[in-house]
Amino acid sequence: MKADRSSVAQQASAPLEVVSLVSLGQHPVSGRLRRAEQDARALELCLALERQSAPGAVSLSAWHASGSEIALGSEQDQALRGYLGMGLESLTLVTPNAPGAAPLKAVDQPVVDVWPLLVTRLKQAAPQLVVCGGQGETGEGSGLLPHLLAESLGWPLVEGIVAIESCDGAHLTALQALPRGQRRRLRVKLPALVSVDSAAPAARQSAFAQARRGELSTLASGELVHDAQAETFGVAPARKRPKRLKRIKATSARDRFKAAAAKAEGGGGKRLEGVSAEEGAAEILKLLREEGVLR
Amino acid sequence: MNDTILSVLIFTALALAALGAVKRIGLWRQGRADATSMSVGELIASLAKVPRRYGVDLHHVVARDRYMANTHVATGGGFVAAALLMVVVYGFGIDSAWLGVLLLLASGAMFGGALFVRRRRLDPPARLSRGPWMRLPKSLLVFSASLFVMSLSLVLPEGVGGMISGGILGLVLVAGIAWGLLEMIVGMTGGGSRITGPTKHAFAGALHLAFHRRPARFSTRDSAGIRDSALLPLDLTNPEAPLGVGKPSDFNWRQLLGFDACVQCGRCEAVCPAFAAGQPLNPKKLIQDMVVGMAGGSDAAYAGSPYPGDEPRRAPGQHGGGPQQTIVGASPHARPAAQAVDSDSQTVASGPIQMKAAPGAAGEATDGDKLIHEFKVLVEPETLWACTTCRACVEECPMMIEHVDAIVDMRRHMTLEQGATPGKGVEVLDNLIATDNPGGFALEARLHWAADLDLPRIAELQAAREAARDPRPVEALLWLGDGAFDMRNQRTLRAFVQVLRAARVDFAILGAEERDSGDVARRLGDEATFQSLATRNIATLSKYRFARIITCDPHSFHVLGREYAAFGGDYLVNHHTSYMNELLAAGRLSLDATRLATLGAVTWHDPCYLGRYNGEFEAPRSLLAALGLEVREMQRSGFRSRCCGGGGGAPVTDIPGKQRIPDMRMGDVRETGAEVVAVGCPQCTAMLEGVVAPAGEAEPQVLDLAELMARALVLEASTQGLATSTTQPTDAEVAA
Repeated sequence: MKADRSSVAQQASAPLEVVSLVSLGQHPVSGRLRRAEQDARALELCLALERQSAPGAVSLSAWHASGSEIALGSEQDQALRGYLGMGLESLTLVTPNAPGAAPLKAVDQPVVDVWPLLVTRLKQAAPQLVVCGGQGETGEGSGLLPHLLAESLGWPLVEGIVAIESCDGAHLTALQALPRGQRRRLRVKLPALVSVDSAAPAARQSAFAQARRGELSTLASGELVHDAQAETFGVAPARKRPKRLKRIKATSARDRFKAAAAKAEGGGGKRLEGVSAEEGAAEILKLLREEGVLR
Repeated sequence: MNDTILSVLIFTALALAALGAVKRIGLWRQGRADATSMSVGELIASLAKVPRRYGVDLHHVVARDRYMANTHVATGGGFVAAALLMVVVYGFGIDSAWLGVLLLLASGAMFGGALFVRRRRLDPPARLSRGPWMRLPKSLLVFSASLFVMSLSLVLPEGVGGMISGGILGLVLVAGIAWGLLEMIVGMTGGGSRITGPTKHAFAGALHLAFHRRPARFSTRDSAGIRDSALLPLDLTNPEAPLGVGKPSDFNWRQLLGFDACVQCGRCEAVCPAFAAGQPLNPKKLIQDMVVGMAGGSDAAYAGSPYPGDEPRRAPGQHGGGPQQTIVGASPHARPAAQAVDSDSQTVASGPIQMKAAPGAAGEATDGDKLIHEFKVLVEPETLWACTTCRACVEECPMMIEHVDAIVDMRRHMTLEQGATPGKGVEVLDNLIATDNPGGFALEARLHWAADLDLPRIAELQAAREAARDPRPVEALLWLGDGAFDMRNQRTLRAFVQVLRAARVDFAILGAEERDSGDVARRLGDEATFQSLATRNIATLSKYRFARIITCDPHSFHVLGREYAAFGGDYLVNHHTSYMNELLAAGRLSLDATRLATLGAVTWHDPCYLGRYNGEFEAPRSLLAALGLEVREMQRSGFRSRCCGGGGGAPVTDIPGKQRIPDMRMGDVRETGAEVVAVGCPQCTAMLEGVVAPAGEAEPQVLDLAELMARALVLEASTQGLATSTTQPTDAEVAA
C-alpha cells in the first residue's frame, strides 16, 4: 500500500497512472454483446489524454471486472476485444481469487458483485485517475458503480466529463457537460474518479487487427462477493411506459424558438460564497429537507 | 565503319535494357509472393499465353478507339519488326536485299503510324499524360525515318547506298537511330536507372498479360474470358497473414507488375465518375503513385491530370513514398511523428521522403471524424475512399490493370489495421457487426412493408412440404436485401411480388433469417465483417432447398452469386430483370403494353454490379422492348454506363467534390429526352431520385423495371384478388 505517499513522491518522471474501467455492453436492438457505448467514450478520453501528453507521461491501463474467467472466442471475449481494437495492447481482467470454487448453489441466478474486486485492486494499484462510463449496459445498469467506488476509496467523483484538458501529477483540468450544451471547467484534485456519459466525444472505430492482436490478461484480486440483494430481484421484460403527450403552448415561431433555446430557469437556487463549511452544510441539509430527501 | 558503330550501339542498348529488366523485375518481386511458387514449366506456359491475350483480349479493349488501335498496330508492330530486323541486319551484320526490303517496310509502317501519333499529340485530350509522352512521337519519327533511310542503302545499288550509309549523312542517321534506341530500347526498362521511358508499357505490359492475377478474364481457345469481378478473399484464419495493403510492398507481385504496365492513356480517368465529380480520385494518377511507391521517390515527374480539387496540396511533387513506407501515412489516431521523435530533432529519414509534421498541427488532438494528415504521404485516404467501385476504369483499361482490387486492398488496411474508415462508414460497419444490417434495425423489421402480403417463409414452407412428403424444392428464394428497410425500395419489392404472383412462381423468403449480404462491409474494407456475414448467410441458406435465388438488388446478386463461392456458397442467382425476362420468355407473364402508352420515352440505367460486374445488359432491354416502350439509350450505357454514385460505400464515406455523381447521371438521362429512367437497383433508385432538376425542367421519373412490369400485367381471374391488394398503394404513390 502506498497510502502514506508524501508529495515528494510525486516525481516529474513518474508516469500518471490512468485506469479506464470497461464493461460488457449490449446493443439495444439486437441484444448482442459489444463494447459499451459510454465505457468506450471513457476509454477514448483516456487515449486522447495519452496522445496529447508527452510520450511516457501517461500510463494507461484498461480493466474489466468479471466474476468468472472469459473463454477465448466467446461472445464476451469478442465484445471486450472491441476495446482492444481502439489501440490498447492489453486489457486486464480483474477476477476473484478463487473463481468457481465458491458455493453458488443457494440461488438459481447467482449474482456476483464485481465492484468490491475493483476496490481491492484499485487500492493495490493506487492509480491517480480512474475513468469509467456513467452507466453500464449489462447487469443492473444502475449507474451506481462510480459512486460505490468513490465512496469506498474516499476519492472525489466527477460526472459527465467530456474532455480532459490537462493533467499534472496533482490536479486534473476537465470539462464537464451541463444541460443544453453548456460546459464547465473543473479542477479536480487527484486521485479522482471521473465518469463519462453520452455527451463525451464518440469513441473511435475498433480495428479488427488490433482487437485480434491485443491481449486479455487475467489478474486475480479480492474475494468473490455475492450481491445477495440482487439475487432476490425478480427480472421481467421491461414494459413500455406511457409517454406524456407534449402540449405545445407556443403560438408563434418566435415562442417556439425561445422555448427551445432558453436556458433552464433555476428558480429557487441560492448562491453561497465565502461561507464556512458548517454554514454550507447547513444550507445543503435545509435544501434536502425542503425537497423531502431527508425527513 | 558506321555499321560497326551501329552494331555496338544496338548491343549496348540491348545489354542496358537487359540490366534494367533485371532491376525492374526486382522491383516487382518486392511484392508478396504467391501462395505456391511458380515452376519453370508454368513460367513458360504463362509466357506462351501472351500472344493470344495480346491479340484477342487486349486488342478487344484497344479497338474501341479505332484511330488509336490502327495507329498502335502500325507504330508498335512496325517498331517490333524493325527492331528485330535491325538486330539481324546491323547487329549481326547479315545484310541481304530481302532483309533490306523488309526493314524498309517495317520502318515505313512505323513512320506512318508515328505520323498519326504526332497528329494526336498536336492537341492532346486532357486524359493523356504529357512530359516524356510529348517527346515520344518525335523519337518515333526520328528513329523510323533514320532507319528507313539507312536501310535504303541495303536495297539501292552499291554506290548510292554507300553515299547514304557512309560519311556525314551516315553519322546523322546513326545518331537518329541511337536516339531511338535510347528512347525505345533502353527506356523500356530504364537501363538500370530509375528513369524509364514511355515504352516501359511494352515490357511490363507483355509480362503483365503473362502473369495477370485474374487469368479467368482472358479467353482461351476453348472458352471466352469471364467478367472475373469477385474480390479476392483475405485469409483471416492465420493471425500472421497481413490484412490488406499498408505499404507498396504489401501488394502481390503481380499487382505491382500490373501497375508498371500502365501506359497513361487516361481512359480510366475519362470514365471515372469520381474524377468527373471533382472528387480527389484519378485512377491513372493512383496507378502512377503506386509505381512511385514501388520504385521510391516523389510524384514530381508525373505529367498527367492531378487528383481534382485543393490544387496546391495535390500538385505533383507534394506526395511520395517508398516500397516500405506506408501509403496513406499513419492511422489518424496515432501519435504525431514529430512528438514521437522529440529527442533526436525533427527528422527521421526512413526513405526518400521525410516524414514531416504540418506546421501547427502537431500536438493538437485530431477529430476522429475528419481525415487529417500531418505527413507527406503517397496517397491521401480521401482518394481511396472516393472510389465507387464501379469498375469503369477496369473495363476501359487496355493494359488490364485491376484498379478496384488495389483500392479495396488499401481500404482493407485502413479499416482493419488502422480503424480509420471515414464518415458514416464506421456507423454502418458497427451496425452490421451488431445487428447484421447497415441501418441498425431489428431483422424482423425487414418485413414490415409486407405485413399484408402474407409472404411465405421458406422455413414454414419447407416444413409443410416435408410433412406432406412433397419433394419439390422452392422454385425461387426471394432475397430481399437491405432495400427492404427503405420505403422507396419497398414499392419496388411490392411490385416484384405482384409480378411473381401473376406468374404463379413458387417463391419464398427467408424472413428475419436474412442478413445483409456483406457487400458494403467488403467494399469498405471490412473483410472480417463480410466473412462473418457470408459464412452465417451460407449456413442459413444451406438449411433450405431452393432451385435458385432471385433478388432486386444487383449488389446482393453479385455478392451471393459471385463472392460467396469462395466460402462454399454455390448458388444460381438471378437478378429480377433476368428472371422476369425468363418468365416472359416462358410465357408465364402476359403484358398489356397499351397501359404504359402514356409513359413516354424510357432510358435504361445499367447498374454497375449488374452490367459491368456480371455482364447482364440484354435482359432489361428486352423487357423494355416487350413492354412496347420507346427506349432511348444514354450516350454512356451498357458496359460504359456511368455509375450513380451509390456503390462501394461511397454514399456513407461521402468524400466531397465539386458536383455529385447522381446529378451528372441524371444529366445524361435528360440529354436523351426520356421521361422515365428505368432502374434495377435500390442504390441507383435512391441516388437518382435524390436529384433535383434544374429550375424549370421536368424531373424524369425514376421507376424500377419491376414497377413498369407490374403496371402492364394482365392478371388472370384467380390471381386478381392477390394482385389488386398490392396494386393500390403502388399506383396511389406513383400518381402522387
